[in-house]
Amino acid sequence: MIKVNELHKSFGDNQVLKGITTEIGAQEVVCVIGPSGSGKSTFLRCLNRLEDITSGEVIIDGTNIADKSVNINRYRQDVGMVFQHFNLFPHKSVLENITLAPKKLGKGQKAELNEKAMQLLDKVGLREKANAYPSSLSGGQKQRVAIARALAMNPKIMLFDEPTSALDPELVGDVLAVMKDLANEGMTMVVVTHEMGFAKEVGDRVFFMDEGLVLEEGTPEEVFTHTKHERTQAFLSKIL
Amino acid sequence: MVINPQAFIDVIPFLIDGLWITLYITIFGVAIGCVIGTLFGLMSISRFRVVRFIAVTYVEIVRGTPLLAQIFFIHLGIPALIGHTFDPYITGVAIIGINSGAYIAEIVRGGVNSIDKGQMEAGRSLGLNSRQTMRYIIWPQALKVMIPPFGNQFVISLKDTSLLSSIAVAELMYSGRQYMTITFSAFETMFMVCIFYLIITIPASLLLRYLERRIDKS
Repeated sequence: MIKVNELHKSFGDNQVLKGITTEIGAQEVVCVIGPSGSGKSTFLRCLNRLEDITSGEVIIDGTNIADKSVNINRYRQDVGMVFQHFNLFPHKSVLENITLAPKKLGKGQKAELNEKAMQLLDKVGLREKANAYPSSLSGGQKQRVAIARALAMNPKIMLFDEPTSALDPELVGDVLAVMKDLANEGMTMVVVTHEMGFAKEVGDRVFFMDEGLVLEEGTPEEVFTHTKHERTQAFLSKIL
Repeated sequence: MVINPQAFIDVIPFLIDGLWITLYITIFGVAIGCVIGTLFGLMSISRFRVVRFIAVTYVEIVRGTPLLAQIFFIHLGIPALIGHTFDPYITGVAIIGINSGAYIAEIVRGGVNSIDKGQMEAGRSLGLNSRQTMRYIIWPQALKVMIPPFGNQFVISLKDTSLLSSIAVAELMYSGRQYMTITFSAFETMFMVCIFYLIITIPASLLLRYLERRIDKS
């Protein structure tokens, strides 16, 4: 589903990604872990080209999105993204946050899209908040709305950029539960996270990134228990 | 010197005529300024360096020169060059438009820049193109931020129109001066001129404060 080939990304002289090559299959849940500054978020953001790709290929469903001639807007509709800081639209209600993009992109009739949004709100447990504004929600609720908003476009892939890092600890569980449901439904997911519990339990594979490279990848069991690299070990020993 | 109480009253009809012209020039001028300001404000955050350069140059020239110099340049300088004079009222509206446009451009730039980068990313990640994201997500939020400084600029431009008296635009200040030269009632006239400006600017400031409070709440 996602094929990454020699992906390089530089910000000026600063080389952040130094040639990543990997493959992510349909319905797979990949958790990306690693120290800060290792390029995890940049890697994720290259998968929907929120960051311009310096060189290499990112092939999604057979299309190389590093190619500038690709209509990236069309392609992004199939790749949902959830941000660390939610990035809900503060001037829109919860329902409008969810329906804005599908409405403007002509994904269906208004009534039908509203109905679908309500179903998504049910799914994330926030039906009663449909008419609330983001400022009145807790962090955990905001993030669940953000997930519903991304799902409203019927994406084939969901990218999560540290979705629980900005949350109070007691709110993390609700968000992870929603993500777990999503994984169980067979969504292809790439999750940059510091939640090792989630990675172990839900992840099919774990990538350990360090200094712009995927240093180690494997099942959670392989990475967490039978760690091959010293640096992975050092990182894990610090956080576990 | 003795104050002539009657002069406070007698000057009023003159000033009312002038006040209409002041309002007329301010409203049309600032309306043009909004168009110019939006255009140049958006240009100043463009991806393209040349476009940004044009916008910044315009803003710096206008902000870096006194309004009176701009008035004389456009009313006297340009006609001397091209050999054609313009109606001072049209020049007046144009000058207020060009001048407020530069300041409004800065307000627009500041307003758009004040919106978190994550908003653009969220819109783009959903598949909206940059124009749609701008229109439905960034712009409505930026407009809210822009209302207070815009109101402020409106009041400044209104007061700036007084400088147009130097090119015989019969606005409020000019009307007062006319009356003063006829009657020599300098104190009474200028006192009333200030009162007339305040009649407009104080309610405008109050309205602004009210709007600011409402925006803070939402």
